Amino acid sequence: MTEISKARFSWSSLTRNYGIYFVLVALIILSSIVNPNFFSGENISNVTRQISVTTILAFGETILIICGLLDLSSGSVLALAGLLSVACYKATGSLELAFAVAVGVAVACNLLNALMVALFNAPAFIATLAMQEMARGSALLFTKGQNIYQIGNYTVLGQGSIAFIPIPLLFLVGLFILTWYILNSTRFGRGLYAIGGNQEAAKASGINVRATKVMAFVINGVLVGIAGVLFMSRVNAGLPNGAINYEFQGLTSSIIGGTSFSGGIGTAGGTVVGAFIVGFLNNILNLANVNSYLQQIIRGAIIALAVIYDIWTKSRRTRRLVRSAAAR
Amino acid sequence: MDLYKLQALHISKSFPGVLALDDISLQARPGSVLVLCGENGAGKSTLMKIINGVYQPDKGDIVIDGKRVHIRSPIAARRHGISMIFQELNYIPELTVEENLFCGRLPVRAARVDWKAVRRKTIELLEKEGLSYSPTARMKELSVSDIQMLEILKAISIDAGIIIMDEPTSAITQHEVERLFSKIADLKARGTCIIYISHKMDEVFRIADDIAVLRDGRVVESRPRAELDIDTVISLMVGRKLASNFPKRKIQIGEEAIRVDHLSAPGVFRDISFHARAGEIVGFAGLMGAGRTELMRALFGLDGFASGEIRVGGKPVRVASVRDSKSAKIAMLSEDRRRYGLVPVRSVRENVSLSNLKQFIYRGWLHARKETRHVGDMCARLNVKTPSLSTAVEALSGGNQQKVVLGKWMLSEPNVLILDEPTRGIDVGAKYEIYKLMGDLAEEKRAVIMVSSELPELIGMCDRIYVMCKGTISGELTRGEFTQEAIMRLAMGFDRKTGEQS
Repeated sequence: MTEISKARFSWSSLTRNYGIYFVLVALIILSSIVNPNFFSGENISNVTRQISVTTILAFGETILIICGLLDLSSGSVLALAGLLSVACYKATGSLELAFAVAVGVAVACNLLNALMVALFNAPAFIATLAMQEMARGSALLFTKGQNIYQIGNYTVLGQGSIAFIPIPLLFLVGLFILTWYILNSTRFGRGLYAIGGNQEAAKASGINVRATKVMAFVINGVLVGIAGVLFMSRVNAGLPNGAINYEFQGLTSSIIGGTSFSGGIGTAGGTVVGAFIVGFLNNILNLANVNSYLQQIIRGAIIALAVIYDIWTKSRRTRRLVRSAAAR
Repeated sequence: MDLYKLQALHISKSFPGVLALDDISLQARPGSVLVLCGENGAGKSTLMKIINGVYQPDKGDIVIDGKRVHIRSPIAARRHGISMIFQELNYIPELTVEENLFCGRLPVRAARVDWKAVRRKTIELLEKEGLSYSPTARMKELSVSDIQMLEILKAISIDAGIIIMDEPTSAITQHEVERLFSKIADLKARGTCIIYISHKMDEVFRIADDIAVLRDGRVVESRPRAELDIDTVISLMVGRKLASNFPKRKIQIGEEAIRVDHLSAPGVFRDISFHARAGEIVGFAGLMGAGRTELMRALFGLDGFASGEIRVGGKPVRVASVRDSKSAKIAMLSEDRRRYGLVPVRSVRENVSLSNLKQFIYRGWLHARKETRHVGDMCARLNVKTPSLSTAVEALSGGNQQKVVLGKWMLSEPNVLILDEPTRGIDVGAKYEIYKLMGDLAEEKRAVIMVSSELPELIGMCDRIYVMCKGTISGELTRGEFTQEAIMRLAMGFDRKTGEQS
């Protein structure tokens, strides 16, 4: 036992537990060198508005990945929910109603995801891939491929500020607290970790696996719906083709933030850090005028590295455990 | 020609926490059948897996035809002319009969699989053995006994010099058993060396030329069949010294805690009736596959059953899920703690509280301090050795992991606690602590049901023992009647009155 207690203070465990924070700090320093305006109020405000949307998606992905699921439809569902919300606002002029429509649509799509996964035992990968197509198609069909412009006061949610703090950032903070609370302080959260860590054991402990998975999708729906409102409102239009590949940004953020793709491991705090790393990196690459195709390659490489790192630390942990078991 | 076809010399093998084989030596002659007997966990399967290249021995040698060989994989074993029929059938359900027969050795011509040759050889084989399966039938469409026959056919068709059969008759009909035995006679005549594992004494004495009895990873006896009889073999199998230091306490037995009437699940167990009282420790003995674990899983709401009734504290209860059994105050420690007991990557705290979270919720919030206090108290009581409550359970030793699972179920305050192989794979110290704990639990007026394959611990700890055989309860023994021989005879299906094995 002592060898394990000692290992908890080792350098390797320091980098394992806090490595991503170092990366984030390094990235911020790098940013301020590449772009002297990085710390300007305008840039910070812009970056946080962009990052907020993907971070909120990443919260949903984290919740799902922890319990062994994932959502490949969040970008498309975001677009559909945001678009219908914009249309509703233009028709009624009620921001509250528009907000409710976005959340309602995204939750409905995720209930369909949940239906496929929890009831028909479809793999989440396939089920949400199907939803990705259906939601994107629905969005394009709804406007016949056209964008919706002149959305008036709808933009306040994505572009407005309260006492210099961008409103999306306020949403981000609020939803971070919600995610943290769900993961740390509820039975549901414990169920998520247990199911992702060992579904059979969770079931044998009396966790309602099916209901937990449905609930995970519903919460993801709420998050995606809110992200949809913030996105459309920031870009000042209803874009049926908006937020393409955002699910990958969310997944990347979650994985870089330490969520294990094998399930059972992940935190709200790590996800925020992961999302900010991805966001700042995009910001630097843009500011440094890196070719956008090259940017895509770099983002892909980062996902690969994050996953390899996750697997590598795990196999190292397993080897260490086997050794210490053999020593006993 | 060497006197022995196969020799295992001074083989030792240990797994974390267990010495599975301890300096085992065995010889098998060509053209003869060597039968291995022994209780569950005696080391038979481990030894066979070493001969078949699945495991590597820590020490010792395998000698074939007088030559020392290193068998690094089952494929290498096949090159050495070793073929094995496993107790758990290993086949790929989606494959066809012919694909399965030639799986891993498909004939190739011009870089392509020669399917015509496969078909021809398959039909040849099937006809030779008088089996009427279609070569293109999928394995999943066949019955268990068909699959077993095909496995036997596959092993024979390799033209192996050594064939290992691990309980080959557990799933086939009497008619097929006869066919298998005549096949074995043919193989013997051809000089094949056969190693045969079985619990069925009539079979053992019918086909064996030599019998070796294994116990606790050692060979306790190895003789020609003629020098042995059934009673001797049984007493050799179980003849373990009974440790007298079981912490068995005298406890006032109370009301009936659980009663099960005529519980049946087709193909798994049938017409099971038993009861356990508060303060009583009731044992379930039986060989592997007797249906004990399946019965317990049904009681706990993990698997269903077709008919029968379960009463807890006199009231009928429905156990369609673990949530039902939890509210009926039934808890179960699974035999497979890694699969059903633990969430390895999560902390000790989360694992212990997993089935008890309701206790710690206040107005929607998980009361972390209360959780830590209760889990900490439980871990202290069970003497769980862990650096902290936040340590992932995968970092703990087997015994401590078992205590974590036990702690989880003790925290739920069950009236009926089922312990399925509670001491499997854990060290002696932890075993003793678990025995003591069982006494504590009984003293707290809980009914403890212990399933175990270790007869000494059943005899040492239980007030009554039910013995299961082939899905039914074949006998019930009270504390005065406990002997290892009596339990083993019931477990192997010998009738108590007639002495016949069913």
